[in-house]
Amino acid sequence: MSNGAIIEIRQLVKTYMAGRVPVPALRGVDLTVEPGDFVSIIGPSGSGKSTLFHIIGGLTPPTSGHVRVAGQDMVTMTDGDRTRMRRRTIGFVFQKFNLLPNLTARDNIAVARFLGGFDHKPDPQFEEILRLLGVEQRLDHKPSALSGGEQQRIAIARAVVNHPAILLADEPTGNLDSGNSNAVLEILRGLNQRTGQTILMITHNPEAASYGHRIVEMRDGRIV
Amino acid sequence: MRSLLSILLIAVPVTLILCLIGLSTGLLEDGKTRSRGIGADLMIRGSTSGSVASFSATSIPEALVARLEQQPHVQMAIGVVVHPFEVVLNVMGVDLDQFNRMSGGFTYLAGGPLRRPYDVLIDEYFAAQKHLKAGDTYRMLNHDWRITGIIAGGKLSRIVVKKEVLQELDAATNKVTFIYVKCDRPSQADEVKAQLQSLLPGYPIYTMEEVTSMFSVNNVQGLSQFIAVIVGIGVIIGFAVVCLSMYMAVLQRTREIGILKSLGASNGFILGMILSEALMMALGGTALGILLSYGATWLIHVFAPAALPMAIVKTWWPIAGGVTMVGAALGALYPGLAAARHDPIEALAYE
Repeated sequence: MSNGAIIEIRQLVKTYMAGRVPVPALRGVDLTVEPGDFVSIIGPSGSGKSTLFHIIGGLTPPTSGHVRVAGQDMVTMTDGDRTRMRRRTIGFVFQKFNLLPNLTARDNIAVARFLGGFDHKPDPQFEEILRLLGVEQRLDHKPSALSGGEQQRIAIARAVVNHPAILLADEPTGNLDSGNSNAVLEILRGLNQRTGQTILMITHNPEAASYGHRIVEMRDGRIV
Repeated sequence: MRSLLSILLIAVPVTLILCLIGLSTGLLEDGKTRSRGIGADLMIRGSTSGSVASFSATSIPEALVARLEQQPHVQMAIGVVVHPFEVVLNVMGVDLDQFNRMSGGFTYLAGGPLRRPYDVLIDEYFAAQKHLKAGDTYRMLNHDWRITGIIAGGKLSRIVVKKEVLQELDAATNKVTFIYVKCDRPSQADEVKAQLQSLLPGYPIYTMEEVTSMFSVNNVQGLSQFIAVIVGIGVIIGFAVVCLSMYMAVLQRTREIGILKSLGASNGFILGMILSEALMMALGGTALGILLSYGATWLIHVFAPAALPMAIVKTWWPIAGGVTMVGAALGALYPGLAAARHDPIEALAYE
């Protein structure tokens, strides 16, 4: 196990209960991610990719195994600990963008910043990221007035506004046309290269997966 | 739209509470003002009388009036006959000359004093409510009465007739309902009251200070309980409206709650967000309810200024607001807790 790893997972098991029936989602996953890595995770539906993301992202606890994310032991964490971890350590980008529909793009980003406990001081690094994303002129629009590509860029901006240790992107190009998909993937690559942002990206698209430094394939709840 | 409807529904009990308090206060204040306007220092009621807001039978022998006038420090006494008429209104029969001497007389806005047996004086509010003017004939107590004058409100009664006529109609010849006593000096009221109590045991005697102090919500039988019931209904309506509204809001915003949780919003933050929204609705409902109470006051003033003298009681604004807030907070608790307990993964997957 690497001492410098930002994500260390050993023999991770996650079993959901469907009523009284146990449904195994992860059956012993081992994964190590170093800071600054850009890892693409591929696999068919039901292979456990999203469950792995949810555990790394602190949205659900593991059933058993060893999971350390940014130096924190996810196995012993309480619900409150995981909530606090999501504020600054993890940034999520979703397939469906998941922007708050009644808020402008700027306010969507501000909510994440508020929850992260940051004040309203200017953040030069984030201003640089906004320029990289090319959304500075669209910040005062609500999501309904933005294209899919613009919404996903805002979602990326929101995910990185608190400078999280890890960016988790779950099918970030799944709802975009090829032009916007390429743009979003270039943005993720740019973030990784310019700021050293650690990125884990789930995708079904082999071309998108090739943007990562390495590709991890999952099947039946295991990494193959 | 949901929030606006909720605010409107929350405003209804606020308006109800404020209207009820406004009417109660208006009626009692009106009674106080008219009692003060008589110019008496003491009031003697029949031996069977109950609360100050109710009237006993016309049972006091009128001969007592002359006897009272012979007592030390009594400047004058007058007997008044009261006949309940419509809701919260009374016709009062007086000897106009005696009443004028005690009170300083009515202010005539139109017409003049009573002259013939079936003459009647009405005050400006009753005239406005019934669209009457001096010289009109008004059917009342199964008789036609000629309106000889419109008087300014605030003295004795809204409808004043000759005492003898009312006594005859009530088969109460030589009887009166109240006796008002004016002392040589107002400061002698307590002394004269004690003196008259020994003279007329069994007759409730009050100074006018006591009479006016009895015009309060607590002295009207059942009124404070009725207000408590209305306040309780206000809490229940606020609770039900907010509970339904916020439950719908939580359902509609399940995905948004999931998004906030993925960003690190705690259960307390989500609960606080729902409670804050409910309290904002309660605040809006209170403000709208206050506005609607002004509208209700205006309508009542236009359509029933005599029967329902309604007041705006600002001291009840925070109470009505508090009642609404309590109802809203209670109503938001269950949806808020439900929202806070949402599993973020399920919430994010919610369509």
